[in-house]
Amino acid sequence: MRNKRLFSKFAALSAAALILAGCGSSSDTATSGVPKVEMLKELGAGEGQVNIVAWAGYVENGSTDPKVDWVSDFEGETGCKVNVKVGATSDDMVSLMKSGEYDVVSASGDASLRLIYGGDVAPVNTDLIPNYADVFAGLKDQQWNSVDGVAYGVPHGRGANLLAYRTDIVKPAPTSWGSVFDENSPYKGKITAYDSPIYLADAALYLMKTQPDLGITYPYALDQKQFDAAVALLTAQKPLIGEYWGDYLKHVASLKSGGTVLGTTWQVNINLAQSEGTKVEGIKPVEGSTGWSDTWMISSKSKNPNCAYMWMDHIASPKANAAVAEWFGEAPSNAKACDITADPNFCTTYHAADEAYWTDVYYWNTPTEACLDGRTDVQCIPYSEWVKAWSSLRNS
Amino acid sequence: MTISRGARYILASLMGVGLAFIYIPLSVVVINSFNSSKTFSWPPTQFTTQWWVKAAANEGVRSALRWSLLAGALATAVALVLGTALAFAVARYTFFGRDLISLLVVLPISLPGVVTGIALNSAFTKGLGMSTGLLTIVIGHATFCIVIVYNNAFARLKRMGSSLQEASMDLGANGITTFRLVTLPNLLSALVAGGLLAFGLSFDEIVVTTFTAGPGIQTLPVWIYNNLFRPNQAPIVNVVAAVLVLLSIVPIYLSQRLSQDSATGGRI
Amino acid sequence: MHKHPRARLGALLFAPGLWLVVAYLGALAALLVTAFFTIDSFTGNVLYRFNLDNFHDMLTDAAYKNVFLRTLGIAVAVTVICTVIAIPMALFMAKVAHPKYRKILVALVLTPLWASYLVKIYAWRTMLEPGSGVIDWLLGPIGIHSPGFGGSAIILGLSYLWLPYMILPIYAGLDRLPNNLLDASSDLGAGNFHTFRRIVLPLIFPSIVAGSLFTFSLSLGDYITAQIIGGKLQLLGNVVYQNFSINLPFAATISFIPVSIMALYLWMVRRTGALADL
Repeated sequence: MRNKRLFSKFAALSAAALILAGCGSSSDTATSGVPKVEMLKELGAGEGQVNIVAWAGYVENGSTDPKVDWVSDFEGETGCKVNVKVGATSDDMVSLMKSGEYDVVSASGDASLRLIYGGDVAPVNTDLIPNYADVFAGLKDQQWNSVDGVAYGVPHGRGANLLAYRTDIVKPAPTSWGSVFDENSPYKGKITAYDSPIYLADAALYLMKTQPDLGITYPYALDQKQFDAAVALLTAQKPLIGEYWGDYLKHVASLKSGGTVLGTTWQVNINLAQSEGTKVEGIKPVEGSTGWSDTWMISSKSKNPNCAYMWMDHIASPKANAAVAEWFGEAPSNAKACDITADPNFCTTYHAADEAYWTDVYYWNTPTEACLDGRTDVQCIPYSEWVKAWSSLRNS
Repeated sequence: MTISRGARYILASLMGVGLAFIYIPLSVVVINSFNSSKTFSWPPTQFTTQWWVKAAANEGVRSALRWSLLAGALATAVALVLGTALAFAVARYTFFGRDLISLLVVLPISLPGVVTGIALNSAFTKGLGMSTGLLTIVIGHATFCIVIVYNNAFARLKRMGSSLQEASMDLGANGITTFRLVTLPNLLSALVAGGLLAFGLSFDEIVVTTFTAGPGIQTLPVWIYNNLFRPNQAPIVNVVAAVLVLLSIVPIYLSQRLSQDSATGGRI
Repeated sequence: MHKHPRARLGALLFAPGLWLVVAYLGALAALLVTAFFTIDSFTGNVLYRFNLDNFHDMLTDAAYKNVFLRTLGIAVAVTVICTVIAIPMALFMAKVAHPKYRKILVALVLTPLWASYLVKIYAWRTMLEPGSGVIDWLLGPIGIHSPGFGGSAIILGLSYLWLPYMILPIYAGLDRLPNNLLDASSDLGAGNFHTFRRIVLPLIFPSIVAGSLFTFSLSLGDYITAQIIGGKLQLLGNVVYQNFSINLPFAATISFIPVSIMALYLWMVRRTGALADL
């Protein structure tokens, strides 16, 4: 074992060298409890700029399409120049927010809690955000955007992860997620799934509805046995998959070409494929589905807090909220937005006000060791283990 | 010449196949920029020039182009200074560790970009508490551009030998005058060739840039990467790509005119 | 040059040394050391507590062995394919084509280097799309079908991307090769193939190694190509990329693999003189 000792010694020396070099520990994070971060008391003058991490399509200044612009008027009114960094995944967004260079983030539920507990975002003083009052009640004070009744952000909009299928190829039309897990599927090799550790929740949701013995009650609270069952389901599914998708154009192109005929999707992808003449439909299967509900949050290290608050108020305003929801293809969060969408049926199509539609939509959330479904007799599998399992599954 | 007629024909046809392999995908890009489908589906069903019109008016593209040109120019300038200095040191002096220099300069270009990228990113943001921005992009790019300038300058210095410089010094010129009037003019074409390639490498760099670009800065490749997957932008990306393919003739023409070292227009 | 040579040398080495050793190697070392730390399981913050768990995870999970072997195999395949395609092309350019056309041929080979990397890979997506891609459209009638997205697509795409990096050094190597050497060989009765194998190949070997540095190392670290045309296949670069945001210490641990392979490779080829041939 001499080698091993030498190895450890070398490693320890290198570690010491690193710390001496000034790259050492800077934050001792408490593993339990929310770090105390002060919220802004009153709004001051704008700082002249705001740095935003957002999903593609959430912050548009007309450079994409001159007609798509809810940033220029904001910049004109407040004098805050908007710098945007597009985050490709929730994990990217968390990492960017940890860098401390950004003021605001459009965090999905699987990022928001990590940011709150990591001390990376501050509670939001909703009194400073007049438009907060018009946000649908069903989106406020939820598990993924607040802790103990303290809001950590402004809801942005929500969408469900749907089951897409090519109506001309997949017959009969699927009604259940079972169609993407069927080992004897005639569509083997043409099925797709969302490429993220959070997709394990889709498997958990299916198991929750089809294998009650496992006792799953919430797809983001899985004990070891439940977790193993979800991983096993996805491992068995892998041979059926042609491509996992992370970016939506790639996914739409596959739907269009017929490379993908069945699998997870978002409403925006369906609309896009349909507009290109593809015979494709998206449904929420009988089991319900996972989904996302995004929240605008402010960094605890924000250098431009006033502009950040102004942005959060602006993006929650009926006009901007309607514009972004229509551009991205999701349900707006501001109730008044529905009156001014360009497509008068938009809110109906996206079930913006239809709370019943959302009851079996399980929004992305970050799994933690303390079970999110309230169980205290077992430990749940934390997100870091989901990541490892997903990485292992994808690379095997 | 000793290559038989048969072998020549075989080589010529292989050359043809190779060029077809190189150019068919590039033509697909150019053709697709006129494809009316938003998702590049093949074969194109309708011809349109609307993407070209939209691309010309796209402010995002223009600002990305400006950032790319700026970052490329600065990184090239840094690489020219550092690469030339290093080439002089290795070509004209003996010192401890000289043999390791050639290894050290190729390291940034041979290690995976993703490793270099995350290393620089965590050093900048976590280690030094720096903000990522133009400066960090330039640092990242210059690091792997140095080798190109170094190799070009080093090859030229080796070929020149030091006799010209010695003659100049013997005739009474001081070090600076000698450098300005003798060494630099002889070195210039190699530096331009190296600089052009370094600029090209920086201009097309995506991975390291992804990790070193800060808020508000998008270089052209980052813009392309961010927009390749966006439904309303993908066609404009195709136009940008087609333009880049067509414009690539300019630097190649320049480097061929300037290079003497070899017909390849400098070393990679 | 005659006065204070040491001071001049110091001045010449100072800035590049600072840049490459302190900034670059320093950052790299700091990253690799992170591999010995761990993260908070929930918030993802790095905890500076020395341990070898990441190495344990990497070495015991068969998935990472698979992805390593797959990546290595792809990098080798790409290098071999590029070499096989590049040699005849370089030979034609340097020794067969009329000198007048040489510059044009070189320009033709160089052009794709300036076209955007991303766009080329996206073009290959259009090419390879099963059923409706350019390959099926063009070659389907003669019975050749697209391999679809996956390992073969990655090999094809990477070979396409890095081919010019292989052609150019080989061409430069052949260009330097005096024609009378070939003449002498054939005068002595050697055939084409014999001359190539015994005379040309050994002399251009450093050029091939120089080219392979690019084809091999660029393939070893790539992740974007796999994202776009790899189907569900992932490479080492993807693992590093994904873990960068989720688990930096593990990303650092995985980085050890390509870094040590390339360090070893560079050390081995240093003697061939290939490094100056780049």
